[in-house]
Amino acid sequence: MILALIEHDRGIISPYSLQLLSYAHTLKNGDAAHVKAVVIGHNVKNITSELCKYSPDGIVVIEDERLENFSAEAWAGSLIQLAETKDPAIIMAAATDRGNEVLAHIGAQLDLPMSAYTYKIQDGTKKKITRLRWGSSLLEETVLQGKPLLVTIALNVAKAVERSGKAPIIEAFQVEINDKDFRVKLTGRQEDADSGTSLNSASIVIGGGRGVGSGEGFTVLEKLAECIDGAVGGSRVATNNGWIPHSKQVGLTGNRIAPKLYIACGISGAVQHLVGCKGAKKIMVINNDPQAPFFTKADYGVIGDLHEILPAITQELKKN
Amino acid sequence: MNILVCIKRVPDVGSKFYLTEDGQAIDTTNLGFTISPHEECAVEEAISIIEKTGGHATVLTLGPAEAEEQLKDSLARGMTDAILLESDQPEWDPRQTAQAIIEAVKSEEAKNEPFDLIMFGSESADSGNAQIGIRVAHGLDRPIICGLKNLTVTDSKIIGKRDIPNGMEVYETTLPAVVTIKEGINLPRYPSFRGRIKAKKKEIFRLSPDQISRQMEMIQLQHPDEQKKEVEMLGEGISAAPEVVNIFKQLKLLK
Repeated sequence: MILALIEHDRGIISPYSLQLLSYAHTLKNGDAAHVKAVVIGHNVKNITSELCKYSPDGIVVIEDERLENFSAEAWAGSLIQLAETKDPAIIMAAATDRGNEVLAHIGAQLDLPMSAYTYKIQDGTKKKITRLRWGSSLLEETVLQGKPLLVTIALNVAKAVERSGKAPIIEAFQVEINDKDFRVKLTGRQEDADSGTSLNSASIVIGGGRGVGSGEGFTVLEKLAECIDGAVGGSRVATNNGWIPHSKQVGLTGNRIAPKLYIACGISGAVQHLVGCKGAKKIMVINNDPQAPFFTKADYGVIGDLHEILPAITQELKKN
Repeated sequence: MNILVCIKRVPDVGSKFYLTEDGQAIDTTNLGFTISPHEECAVEEAISIIEKTGGHATVLTLGPAEAEEQLKDSLARGMTDAILLESDQPEWDPRQTAQAIIEAVKSEEAKNEPFDLIMFGSESADSGNAQIGIRVAHGLDRPIICGLKNLTVTDSKIIGKRDIPNGMEVYETTLPAVVTIKEGINLPRYPSFRGRIKAKKKEIFRLSPDQISRQMEMIQLQHPDEQKKEVEMLGEGISAAPEVVNIFKQLKLLK
């Protein structure tokens, strides 16, 4: 049996948890022949009915008033109690912040290894897996000891697909909630007031790096972005120098973007940055150094000074 | 306030990875080393806390003798003490690393004052196991809040904020506690010249950690399959502008 943790927030299932179910279905054999989706929370009926479209073999619902808000320790404690009765071969979650956190708590409590950002479970019985390192720039083949196998599955490894099939059996599971699991309390939420075109939804993203040279230097990127309804981001060099806020970083420790076109200006193409923009359909590199490694990862290249080229493009667009 | 920050020495990779022949590690022959980005921010956060509250901020790492370089760098920024858990063994698995840190914390706390706050980066740049902090928190039986982009410390508690889609969540817990930090919480300072001189004279406390048995056995590292791209050069300088706009049109990006 596979226990797959379903993440949800205020009634909405995380798209990554639906991907997780699709991935879990591809693994089915031997002692992992059943995929059970696990929903933890309070008043989660809507979530379970939505989940049925993705046809897990079963849904386990763990409900309690105190589980209304996310608590990594309480979620881990609930999964551990469930695992004691179900004896699963694998417990998995999506490799989101929450997924990694819950599975690490389980690993720590049960003294078991946990593989974060798992790309592939090569052999469930032998516990041989491939996981991502350096934000997917490198793969690591590893064997884990102990049972159950604890893994978080890297995002976008599988597509979420609705499946027709037998209606899953929905069962309620009662857990004993430990006061200690609530040592960390969620006390509030703040909605983001971020206006303008966001990096994660824009069709065109224009990124700036060392070559931009200063905060003011970003004006030419912003002017072009206005013209084509794009968003502006930058490399870690740009955010670490305070030229743009960290929330605009594209890279390993910032945003992972997937626009139709990414225009990288004055960025050499370090791994830290490439990881953040490899989801882009097309990449255009503008750099005054013809030897910049980024050109080898690009679809289009322009050699020259971004401070001259970007205004020229903006002007050309205005002519059209 | 007495703070411990755990960091990791990682290769400062450029644009491409080269692996050793046996596939067991990144070939670092021509590479420099640095601190993982999230941990650099944890160091900055610890320094800015003790600048207000006074006290000690100790930096700790598990690694080879050369990791002294990263400890000295943290001292130069303003950390007050440094501990090196020295080991020639590469690739400690997360449980082994956590256990070594737990033992070091226990022995430090038995000798000196207890740590009010233990800080980690949310994950290391190289192995990205995302679990050491949580394992240490369990081993020491302390609460942990992960992935913080904002931290407020009072005498008895901490308030931490972390990202969720479209906003932030606010969490609270009591001290002593463990936190993991994400880049973006602050803008790390560069070490000053005076700081570097001071750091040079500071002694690093060395320990030989015991390695418990391994639960994750790495077989090898590999490069992922990658599509070879053929770059289409659009020209040089401003004369390339019309061609760039043509590409926008081809890709149907203009309204």
